Amino acid sequence: MSTTTTDVQSHGGHGEPDNPHHQHHFATMEQQFDTSKLGMWLFLATEILLFGGLFVGFGLMQSRYPREFIEAHEHLKQDVFGRPFPLYGAINTIVLLVSSWTMVMGVNAAQTDQKKKTVRYLVLTILLACVFLGIKYVEYSHKFHDGLLPGMFYAHQSEDLIKGTHGYATFFAFYFMMTGLHGIHVLVGIGLLSWLVVRARRGEFSSEYYTPVDLVGLYWHIVDMIWIYLFPLYYLIS
Amino acid sequence: MEPVLTSGARIGERPRPKKNYLNETKGFKSWALTVDHKRIGIMYLVGTLSAFLLGGIFALLVRLTLLTPQHKLFGLQVTAETYNRFFTLHGAIMVFLFIIPSIPGSLTNFVLPLMLGAKDVAFPRLNLASLYLWIVGAIMAIASMIIGAVDTGWTFYTPYSTTTSGTVTLMTAAVFVLGFSSIFTGLNFVATVHKLRAPGMGWFDMPLFVWGMYSTAVIQVLATPVLGITLVLLMLERVFQIGIFDSRIGGDPVLFQHFFWFYSHPAVYIMILPGMAIISELIPTFSRKTIFGYRAIAYSSVSLALLSFIVWGHHMFVAGQSQLAVVIFSALTFLVAIPSGVKVFNWLTTMYQGNISLETPMLYAISFLMLFAIGGLTGIFLGTLSTDVHLTDTYFVVAHFHYVMMGSTVTAFIGGLHYWWPKMTGRMPSEKWGRIAAVLWFIGFNATFLPQFILGSRGMPRRYYNYLDQFQPLHAFSTVGSWIIGLSLFMTAAYLLASLRKPMDAPDNPWGGTTMEWQTSSPPITHNFEDQPVLEHEPYDYRPKAVTH
Repeated sequence: MSTTTTDVQSHGGHGEPDNPHHQHHFATMEQQFDTSKLGMWLFLATEILLFGGLFVGFGLMQSRYPREFIEAHEHLKQDVFGRPFPLYGAINTIVLLVSSWTMVMGVNAAQTDQKKKTVRYLVLTILLACVFLGIKYVEYSHKFHDGLLPGMFYAHQSEDLIKGTHGYATFFAFYFMMTGLHGIHVLVGIGLLSWLVVRARRGEFSSEYYTPVDLVGLYWHIVDMIWIYLFPLYYLIS
Repeated sequence: MEPVLTSGARIGERPRPKKNYLNETKGFKSWALTVDHKRIGIMYLVGTLSAFLLGGIFALLVRLTLLTPQHKLFGLQVTAETYNRFFTLHGAIMVFLFIIPSIPGSLTNFVLPLMLGAKDVAFPRLNLASLYLWIVGAIMAIASMIIGAVDTGWTFYTPYSTTTSGTVTLMTAAVFVLGFSSIFTGLNFVATVHKLRAPGMGWFDMPLFVWGMYSTAVIQVLATPVLGITLVLLMLERVFQIGIFDSRIGGDPVLFQHFFWFYSHPAVYIMILPGMAIISELIPTFSRKTIFGYRAIAYSSVSLALLSFIVWGHHMFVAGQSQLAVVIFSALTFLVAIPSGVKVFNWLTTMYQGNISLETPMLYAISFLMLFAIGGLTGIFLGTLSTDVHLTDTYFVVAHFHYVMMGSTVTAFIGGLHYWWPKMTGRMPSEKWGRIAAVLWFIGFNATFLPQFILGSRGMPRRYYNYLDQFQPLHAFSTVGSWIIGLSLFMTAAYLLASLRKPMDAPDNPWGGTTMEWQTSSPPITHNFEDQPVLEHEPYDYRPKAVTH
């Protein structure tokens, strides 16, 4: 976000000139922080609406093909001790929840001038995000292997979920669209967190200025929250 | 022309500063990498007006094709496919590249921070990013025209848009990118209004232009993401056949219409609210009177924004909704008349017993009032179920939304452009030519679109290439009207550009405006104000001041 980078050249010399992160068109650092935070919340609202369209589309298609959707979702489960259980989905839910906690700890550390701790928690968050994507990769590979692919690529060969029946291909289309869009957000999150790590190591954050950590934190929580809704939607429907 | 001077105009008049936002830095890079809202506003103005020219050329071609039932264009035969492309490009360019981004991107970018007494918008770099996204979107849209062709109409209705061979995917990708440009602009304005008002300026001390643009920005932020995801779904449907909109593979074409209008009806208010916002400035300034019903106008802007989200179904009365749904949507649609009526009532009451002067911007404001009244009232015909069944997809609808989009929004935009032109460029445009062009615009507009109401009520369907011989006189009338519009706009472009060759002659406050943008020099300095302006009086305070007399 544009608000979070420094703007040293165009300093107007108003307010608190001692803080290099202070942008000239804000009277105070507090005003700048509040504005950035408001901007982030508005952006998150657009994110929710973006996913909202997909959730609505999924819901309508599910009511159109209820039986097909339930049959299809069985393929998101794995065999655990002889019983079908959404193993990958459940692990990933826990991974993301823990990563939200490490993120909160990172923000807290930045606010309280603990540079080392900030870096440590941010790195932990990145690692958890990578674990999430790793598991997603394994999951996707299985679907690819089984031909459970979106739309025209749907090529599943077995007695159930026959190719050509409406509904199955649509289910997997939505599955890949929604988890894929979410995955892209996780990737972006990893990029943002890495950028924070670089800046944190340089010691740019302090109790005076921790806006970027706070804003990326908000972003990360929304990414986590969207998964919290995706998990029951796809893995637990009955 | 002689600048109009009222009681407050000469107060604070000072010599023009040597350095202003236009000449402080020079060169391509100083513009391409600027974060100054004023320069970004100017670049948006150039961009959106270029799109207006391109969309206008397509409009003239559409009208010219319809001049006779033989469909000759300069002696060449126009095929039905070519005609479909003409109106699609006209619609798509005008909606996505011109009306939606024009007033927010250009005029609002320029004056909103000035009106709030701020140095810039909340996120200057995001503002520049928004401009660049607009440019990328525009290039993609124009590329889709050159590479292939889009013949779906600007609404991209399924199932045609999922089956036609045109470059629909590239065009919708372009609109997706333009949508994000719009979101970023809206997000910026919401944050700016919330956080960057001058010291002492409360919500009800803001100029009504800001209220209108705030309402617009809220819609931009909340509605546009839904369009974005709808277009993504449309693209995926075309490329991967995911089975959501195409009924052959298990989808539902009407679902696209719901998704599309859930954005595009609010988008109608993204287009009209900025027009209303400008009119709320012009009327009190040129009536020399405190605005009547300030709070009513402010609240009506917000309520229009809220209502815009719950009336989308009135675009689909004959598309197969349940009887209950259409009745509810029809009733909700009538509610829109209330805030619209409140606004017109308050503008007229402001003019009542005012000291009205008819400079070019005011001529456009008065045109707006008349054209918006027609556009608004004919909307009630279309919101009424029994008449809408007859009028759906006829020229009546075309005339109705042109009265609102063009007769209202574009009229207000041109009026606002004249109003702030001295502030933006430091030069006064020719008043004589301005008035002639304004009158021509009004005549040409009505000549073009009044006949279309008649055509539509007699059964001329929109987007049709062929028509019955009995419609020919009215089509010809309409086409001649489009030439008058073209002439008016050509004149406007000519004298506005000619004014740039003059030395700077505009005073700081040529119209005697009371809002903060008139307190700085014309053109403003890079940081907008020499000192942080502080709110001293409510907006539109035209009461005689005992102290100054």
